[in-house]
Amino acid sequence: MSTPEPLLEVEQLRVEFETRAGIVHALNDVSFSIAKGETLGIVGESGSGKSVTAQAVMGLVDLPGRICGGDMRWRGRSLLGREGQRYGRSIRGKEVAMVFQDPMTSLNPLLTIGTQLCEVTERHLGLTRAQARGRAEELLAAVGISAPARRLGQHPHELSGGMRQRVMIAMAIACEPKLLIADEPTTALDVTIQAQILELIAELQQKLGLAVILITHDLGVVAGLCHRVAVMYAGRIVESADADALFTHPAHPYTQGLLRSTPSLDVVEERLASIEGTPPSLLDPPPGCPFRPRCPVAFHRCLEMPPMAPVIAGGEAACWWAMERALPENAFLGTAD
Amino acid sequence: MGSFILRRLWQGLLVVLGVTLTVFVVTRVFGDPVSLMLPLTATAEQRAAFAHEIGLDRPLLVQFLGFMRDLVALDFGNSLWQRRPAIEVVFERLPNTLLLIVAGLGFAILASIPLGIIAALRPGGIVDRLTVSLGLIGLSMPQFWVGLLFIVIFAVQLKLLPTSGMGTPAHLILPALTLGLTPLARLTLLVRSSMIDELNQQYIKAARAKGLGLSRILGVHALRNVLISFLTLTGWELISILAGYTVVVETVFAWPGLGLTAMQAIQRGDLFLMQAIVFSIAFLIVLINIALDIAFKMIDPRINLN
Amino acid sequence: MSSASTSSLPLALSGGTRLAGGFLRELWHDKPAAIGLLVILLIIAMAIFAPLIAPYDPAAQSLIARLKPPAWLAGGSWAHPLGTDHLGRDVLSRVIWGSRATLLIGFSVVLLAGTFGVIVGLWAGYAGGRVDSLVMRLVDIQVSFPGILLILLIVSVIGPSITTMIVVLAVTNWMVYARQVRGIVMSVRQTAYVEAAEVIGCRPGRVIFRHILPNLFSPILTVAILEFTNIVLAEAAISFLGLGVQPPATSWGLDVAAARDYIFIAWWLITFPGLSIVATVLSVNLFANWVRITADPQEREKRFARAQAAKRRRARGDQATVPAE
Repeated sequence: MSTPEPLLEVEQLRVEFETRAGIVHALNDVSFSIAKGETLGIVGESGSGKSVTAQAVMGLVDLPGRICGGDMRWRGRSLLGREGQRYGRSIRGKEVAMVFQDPMTSLNPLLTIGTQLCEVTERHLGLTRAQARGRAEELLAAVGISAPARRLGQHPHELSGGMRQRVMIAMAIACEPKLLIADEPTTALDVTIQAQILELIAELQQKLGLAVILITHDLGVVAGLCHRVAVMYAGRIVESADADALFTHPAHPYTQGLLRSTPSLDVVEERLASIEGTPPSLLDPPPGCPFRPRCPVAFHRCLEMPPMAPVIAGGEAACWWAMERALPENAFLGTAD
Repeated sequence: MGSFILRRLWQGLLVVLGVTLTVFVVTRVFGDPVSLMLPLTATAEQRAAFAHEIGLDRPLLVQFLGFMRDLVALDFGNSLWQRRPAIEVVFERLPNTLLLIVAGLGFAILASIPLGIIAALRPGGIVDRLTVSLGLIGLSMPQFWVGLLFIVIFAVQLKLLPTSGMGTPAHLILPALTLGLTPLARLTLLVRSSMIDELNQQYIKAARAKGLGLSRILGVHALRNVLISFLTLTGWELISILAGYTVVVETVFAWPGLGLTAMQAIQRGDLFLMQAIVFSIAFLIVLINIALDIAFKMIDPRINLN
Repeated sequence: MSSASTSSLPLALSGGTRLAGGFLRELWHDKPAAIGLLVILLIIAMAIFAPLIAPYDPAAQSLIARLKPPAWLAGGSWAHPLGTDHLGRDVLSRVIWGSRATLLIGFSVVLLAGTFGVIVGLWAGYAGGRVDSLVMRLVDIQVSFPGILLILLIVSVIGPSITTMIVVLAVTNWMVYARQVRGIVMSVRQTAYVEAAEVIGCRPGRVIFRHILPNLFSPILTVAILEFTNIVLAEAAISFLGLGVQPPATSWGLDVAAARDYIFIAWWLITFPGLSIVATVLSVNLFANWVRITADPQEREKRFARAQAAKRRRARGDQATVPAE
């Protein structure tokens, strides 16, 4: 579990957006780390802060949003502050790469696939045009696109959605990065294509020894691919555990609710359960645990914010209830406030 | 591609036909070419002779068909004022107008792109607000007035540049600036706003995540997309310049182009010359529209001309 | 008007007065737009009350008071605050009276062309099919006409007057409205609620009035305001060329034209009528810009975000451009 020398460490990261209605607290004290070759799944419903996390790592949080607290470190060096931003620019696209949710809008509609692929290697690896084209062909072949030489001259609108996502992946792995962030890479695609794209990511991970952060709202996707899973709710990580542990013994009531509402082919259930209510407004979050208003097992302690605590083997969760269940004697809870 | 051009030509033909019909109806039905073109002192016989000469005594339909036939042959009749074929006058003056347009609009195009981009980099910042304010002021100033102010300041007060006429390159500066000012303002505002929009697009985020440099993101990724609306507006500006602004600017600076000639033709009641000018401009506009469509195709691969 | 404008502002249940109050408060935050509206109102008042405000008859000539400079210059006097022209006519009075032609022509043309354009656009958009493609082809063709040049030809044949001007400008400027309305009608008709209304058997008239017109209000208002500035500039240009408003009537464009021969000795003669045109058009532009943004919730949010971002950037000492962050 605790692998030596993590690639990326995110610590107590806070991001907020200023809107007409007030300040939106998009990320609150988000911490995680990922090591070489590891796959981390980040799961949550829309608005939970998954994508903002990815954008923060990629330096894509724009005004009116801003990182207002915490730290991010790539191989031990901070990515924040003036010095850190410069360092960040030198590694993004090269050592850390990202695949976006919607391949329809993530490719420039007016430039050829070739141009968009070549510009990455030309910039980061200093390849010439000719070398870059050769490399681009290899990359397209590697992500399973047929007739790569012909594709290079085509424009995005001539390709299907699945093809475009393959191109996005080719672009991301062009410089053989150490970490690939995939932000809902299959959401915009047909179901049949979804599996292919996930297989491709898994295959590339094996081949290239990539670390992958897979962001998704689909627990089924996570189950097959990830070593570890972080569950996000209302801009916080509420549970983080080894994938096996999380699926067999979810600790947080929200995770339990998510699992119950995920359809499964293995188990015949009478009906899917849904989680009552809606996520809280990030503008003016309720005090204490953000899940409290929807939580079936909430009690008086939940008016205080629970800390992350190791409540199950191989994982931790931020939940008073889970903590009491795990440690009925309440040995250490006196210090929590 | 070929069939596309044919179709656009057909549409262009309809435009020219529409202009013909309008001019014909206005001059023959609402107006009276004879009293317009002959001096007040002309006798009744002279009037009748002139009416017969230009075919006014024939039925309207016959007149219209004759009108069309002459048009196809580029025969607009003789200019009463210049006493030579009107089309000859057009061909003589057109290059001067085109020179003025190239200089004025060229200046506007070259200046608006960097200005708009700089403003768009920090939306809401000081440079941006200054650009928007100056742009709105530029859009609000009538060109004839700007031209006269330029003359007062640069020619009369500072004595730096000639007041009017054509000859040295210095003669070109004030008219070109005057002509370019409105397009400059409009194009700058457009580059700014569409650049701001493009920079918020997902593909720009993706380009940034690829670690590309600012110059490549702006100059290649965003600008390419901005160019589509930029080209649309530039074409529109070119057309409105050809169809009117040149008349104003050339009149202010006595620039011997087609616009000034049009005003002189009107003052002299030279209907045939005026018709020749209107048709030439209409024809040019049709050509420009076709050229624009082809240019769009070159920038935007998604456009299917057929 | 009030019922239609509520459709563009969120949930104004509490009635028109609070809506108007909120509207004015929001306008006040955007100083240039507020000043713009104020200037427009002033100019309108000036046009309406011209006979009461103007110190002189705009056509009254005075040979002893020719080419007097404005009051604050040597040789000027407060009897003629903005000086006099080559016939000794008071410039201030002419500027005041000149607003009448500008506003009359501007408003009438926008009203005529707008009404016609909206009707044609509704018709084309609602009828669809053959009618639509025919009407839009007509629009395409007329848009490619050589605008002002053709107007000059027509006016020179028919004979210039304010009426000619209004008719000709209206006939050549209706297409913008038709295009815009048709586009909106097409997209609104595809929305679920209009389809539902048609399925349950609403008559076309009811569908148009209840479902389509409210969606048209704010975009058409924006187009009309911007068109107004175009018409004002076109009127000024045509009058300047001598084919618009004819003396003894006054118009700012006409006054600039008359002053052309005196620019070497009397700069104020072109300056003040010209500034009046600039003030009118600029005020309308500033106000229109604000209306466009305020009527669109998304644009509103963007405007706020930009202002916040700019504030933050200034506080931080203005580093890091947007994409390089």
